[in-house]
Amino acid sequence: MPKMPLCGDVRTLNDIGTGAQVRIRRHHSNGAVRQRLLDLGLMPNVLVTLVRSAPLNDPIQLRLDGSSITLRRREAVTIEVSGEDMPR
Amino acid sequence: MTPRDGVLVALAGQQNAGKSTLFNLLTGARQHVANYPGVTVDKKHGQYGDNVGTVYTVDLPGTYSLTAFSLEERVAREFLLGDRPDVTVNVIDASNLRRSLHLTLQILELELPSVLALNMMDVAEGRGIQIDQARLAARLQMPVVPTVGRKGQGREALRQSIRAESARQAVRRAPPAPPVDYGALEPMIEQVRQRLADFDSLADLPRRWLALKLLEGDTQAVTLLVERVGEESARPLREEIDALIAEFEQGQGIDVGDHVVGCRDRAVERLLDGVITGAAGNRTTLTERIDRILLDRWLAPGFLLLSVFAIYQVSIVWGYELTNYTWPFLAKGRELIAGALPGAHFLVDPYVRSLGLWLVDSANTLLNYVPIFIILFACIAIVEDSGYMARIAFILDKILHRFGLHGQSTLPLILGGVFAGGCAVPGVMATKGIPDNRARMATIFTVPFMNCLAKVPLYTLLLGIFFVEHKSLMMFYISTMTIIFALLVAKLLTKTVLSGHETSPFVMELPHYHLPTFNGVARRSLERTWQYIKKVGTVVLAVAVVVFVLLHLPGLPAERKAYFAQEAEAAIERFEQAMAGNPYREIATGANLVPLINYYSDYKRAKLNATGAAASQRVTERFQARNADFYPLVTRGGDRDARQANRALRNLARDRQGLRQQMREERIAYSILGAIGRGLEPITQFAGFDWKINVALLASFAARESSVATLGVLFQQGDDENQTLEERMGQATRAGGATALLAVSVILFFALYPPCLATTMMVKVQTGSYKWMVFSIIFPTILGLAVASAVYSIGAAVGASGIEAMSAVYWSAFALLLIVGLLSDRKASRQLRQRFAAASLPT
Repeated sequence: MPKMPLCGDVRTLNDIGTGAQVRIRRHHSNGAVRQRLLDLGLMPNVLVTLVRSAPLNDPIQLRLDGSSITLRRREAVTIEVSGEDMPR
Repeated sequence: MTPRDGVLVALAGQQNAGKSTLFNLLTGARQHVANYPGVTVDKKHGQYGDNVGTVYTVDLPGTYSLTAFSLEERVAREFLLGDRPDVTVNVIDASNLRRSLHLTLQILELELPSVLALNMMDVAEGRGIQIDQARLAARLQMPVVPTVGRKGQGREALRQSIRAESARQAVRRAPPAPPVDYGALEPMIEQVRQRLADFDSLADLPRRWLALKLLEGDTQAVTLLVERVGEESARPLREEIDALIAEFEQGQGIDVGDHVVGCRDRAVERLLDGVITGAAGNRTTLTERIDRILLDRWLAPGFLLLSVFAIYQVSIVWGYELTNYTWPFLAKGRELIAGALPGAHFLVDPYVRSLGLWLVDSANTLLNYVPIFIILFACIAIVEDSGYMARIAFILDKILHRFGLHGQSTLPLILGGVFAGGCAVPGVMATKGIPDNRARMATIFTVPFMNCLAKVPLYTLLLGIFFVEHKSLMMFYISTMTIIFALLVAKLLTKTVLSGHETSPFVMELPHYHLPTFNGVARRSLERTWQYIKKVGTVVLAVAVVVFVLLHLPGLPAERKAYFAQEAEAAIERFEQAMAGNPYREIATGANLVPLINYYSDYKRAKLNATGAAASQRVTERFQARNADFYPLVTRGGDRDARQANRALRNLARDRQGLRQQMREERIAYSILGAIGRGLEPITQFAGFDWKINVALLASFAARESSVATLGVLFQQGDDENQTLEERMGQATRAGGATALLAVSVILFFALYPPCLATTMMVKVQTGSYKWMVFSIIFPTILGLAVASAVYSIGAAVGASGIEAMSAVYWSAFALLLIVGLLSDRKASRQLRQRFAAASLPT
């Protein structure tokens, strides 16, 4: 998959590498999608780690607070993240 | 005050919290599955007795919260609001408290008396998490019970707690204090709540909750309000609420929904402060260590193929071998029933007998699969319970999604029989779990393209006749083209008829690995097998009656009947002549003739079925005991007169069988189904199907396996008992100019053919509409006929051989698959870039 051009300073869950830990800043999705993401614990200010991507690069697996969540890159791209990008 | 008998308890909880295990633990074996009215969500309910009385228990669908975004959530919420259970047991995963408590708070906001079941305590302890249960209970103002559902721990404590809570609620009247403080939204909640208090029709609803939901813009809550108070009275209130929402969002700069979630999260944080210790998030868990291997980028596809192959090997291959041991029991059952039914006549059997045996045969073909299904469902339950099923979805989602399906379409497709062997009925049933509506519909319509167990005999038959030298290549084509066709059709449907259906994202939890328990697996497997027998059984039997009627009515014309009667007379005449002067004449003729000849055919069949010398000996003994007078006539080992009589009897039996078969064939030709089959010839001629094949295909709509049986009747010859159906059909069709090309045409049509009736019934259940059920019949028929006609007509025009035509079809479908796949990948990346650009805009 070609590298996405970075627009400004905004980074999303789609841009971070495997093993990176970031803090969720805000959601750019609406309705059911947004609710589902929130319900699964992807709330603003939560720390998440990108554990791996699937064999075909999509979807991705995240770890947060003891649980594992998987979502497609098309949803990941709507989640703005920031902060500590520390590969473990 | 004594608590009333018959307490109603609801189990609510998030997915993967072990709710169903706890439900099983509470209720034991006494449970039932039904649907919630009007929707396809399972409603599981059961009951148990404690020292006071009966407790009715309902297992609500697993939900992450109680918003109205998903069907499951709406169902769960409507039950909690409408049925007001006496006690709600909130089952939560103790190792994931923070997320779980969001749902707990929402249940408390519904002002329902609740008990918190802290499940999976062993997992939490294993991870070094300690929970101060007393403090948690005090803060939540609700009883907290630790449980380990999988190990059966905590049942009594939970039952006692349920009873105590229901007794306590019977005396307490005042609603509990609100569990969450919504800060800046509080004055508005209070304002709306007071307005709602004006309406008596809302008296049974928790008003604070309703006020909050209305402010969140919850569509179901608005509908509820309008329903209860009427359009007129609701309008000013709704305008007022809209104004409040706008005011809040302007003042606070945040969406009400986000604010609510934020406040709830802070409330959870306060609840957990000092309650939970030792939740070190970064320790590598066993689950993660397993995932590093099973989900490794390069190894994952291998493990996936290996597990699907293992399922196939264990359930289909070994299960099929197991049926060799179970079949004799079914055959014995048939013999018993055949003995109880009125005996066969010389030429035409009583309807009671032929219909009875027809039904027994239909039921037996079905029951013969039961061992396979028990094993298959057990394997699937192991994959589900262990947590690997979610990983399969994770691995395959990209490919499936590209063609309009979903990662979770994998289970239905496996059940339907990806390679060879499965059944579309449980396959379609399993689509229930797919959260994306459009992908779910697409899956429902593609599952029938899989190779179900009943398609296999026809393939085997045709390969045996026409593709002796290319058998393995053809088998490879047949077993892999299913998935090619399924993906292409899914894409086609998604782009056309299903394009208007709502989709939802692929966002799900990968649960921790668990060792499946024997009880859990066995229960699930038997439950699904029983559902299969019930659903398929009733439909198949009902349809068998209809097909029987269509194949028998209106019956032979009088002159043909007279002809056959005359022929029968002549055969009997010949027999009596041959027996003239034979000392056995007395035993063999007159009233004894029909019983003797039935005895003879029973004996021959029993000998054929008996394997080994000992079994053969037992048959001999049984028939000697049944009728010692007849016995010398049916063996070839008697005295000279007996041998002569035996020869005469053999000739008579052969004549009789020939006549009966000829009659049966003519009866089908004259029957309603035969007429339909001939009527369809103008359409089906392009695919090369004559009326006989049409009849077989029509009959197979009732139940797949009957296609081979019907072909068997149509292509039988009187005199040669030893020829197999393959040989007979081969001769007959080749004589009629049939070729391997026709076989390819039939195979392709059969692969794309509409699901059997039992499956279409299931489609009706799962889609909730007859319209889609009709669609599931018509669309594949047209598609199958179009493909078969194109292949047959073009193949005949260019003089292609069967294997050439099949290769051409297979590889062009494969090429099409690649093209479609690559095109949608490019489109997907373009969309991703656009979304990214949109997300990056400053807001």
